Amino acid sequence: MKYWLALVLALQCALSSYAGEATPLAEDPVVEQRMISISEELRCLVCQNESLAGSRADLAQDLRRELRELIKANKTDAEIMDYMVSRYGDFVRYRPAVKPITWLLWFGPFLLLIGAIVMLVRMVRRNQRGAESPVLDAAQRKKAQSLLKDSETPS
Amino acid sequence: MKKKLIPLGIFVVLVVFLAIGLTRDPHEIPSPLIGKAAPMFTAPNLLEPSQQFSAKDMLGQVWLLNTWASWCVACRQEHPILVEFAKTKTLPIVGLDYKDQNAEGLKWLARFGNPYDHAITDKDGRIGIDFGVYGVPESFLIDKAGVIRYKQIGPVTEEALRDKIVPLIRELQK
Repeated sequence: MKYWLALVLALQCALSSYAGEATPLAEDPVVEQRMISISEELRCLVCQNESLAGSRADLAQDLRRELRELIKANKTDAEIMDYMVSRYGDFVRYRPAVKPITWLLWFGPFLLLIGAIVMLVRMVRRNQRGAESPVLDAAQRKKAQSLLKDSETPS
Repeated sequence: MKKKLIPLGIFVVLVVFLAIGLTRDPHEIPSPLIGKAAPMFTAPNLLEPSQQFSAKDMLGQVWLLNTWASWCVACRQEHPILVEFAKTKTLPIVGLDYKDQNAEGLKWLARFGNPYDHAITDKDGRIGIDFGVYGVPESFLIDKAGVIRYKQIGPVTEEALRDKIVPLIRELQK
């Protein structure tokens, strides 16, 4: 009896999970494909480290529904991005448009890189100069000469 | 001596940046809708679903659109403040019951009080999407011309009312 109950419960679990996974299958695979490729470019604002494509948040489901409808209404990708950005701001896109307010975001890393290269070049040059011409004053020069002389005539 | 101070300088700048970062809430995303015309929507009334509320009817007055839901925890914290604020009759408050069951919404209003001049519903969340709502409660202050002037992300607090919202309402109502 116990085993039967366990079996029934296990089956129920299996069946319910199957049903849960089956629902997102859309009626139109072309629309679905485009919806996924667009929503992968968009951030879910509820759980910000997930894309709109991957999030299970309620809002993400609603927005995927909106995307499907926009796609069915023959909107272009640019129009759909505008729809999202006009409501949620540039932050909703993983790759926001290049404009003055996002310049620092796009070009900042390159500025840092250039700065680092300039510093590196200067450091290397300074070190080379130091190695080429050690500057000795008169007393040091004399001492060096006497040392060299000593080593030339071994006693 | 100067050279030795450079790493310290870089470190201090880094600390300052990180410290500023800590004081900011990553969930507060500035709305691109501020300064833009509010979406002109219509929505059924929560108390009498046969009646339609139209945002157009609010043109000519400053009003507050508050999004809430019976399933929203932070709304519970906000609600008594709104109830008190409504008593001052500063401006009309429209409450948008976002993605909720009507029965649950009505129960909530009966239990905690109804601060809204118009309680309306957004069952499928479409109005919320047009307003860029990503987590209730969020509130929008809309001026006489129908332009969104301020957005409160998260619960309306007494401080926010006193320091920001009420002064702005006074200014907009002039």
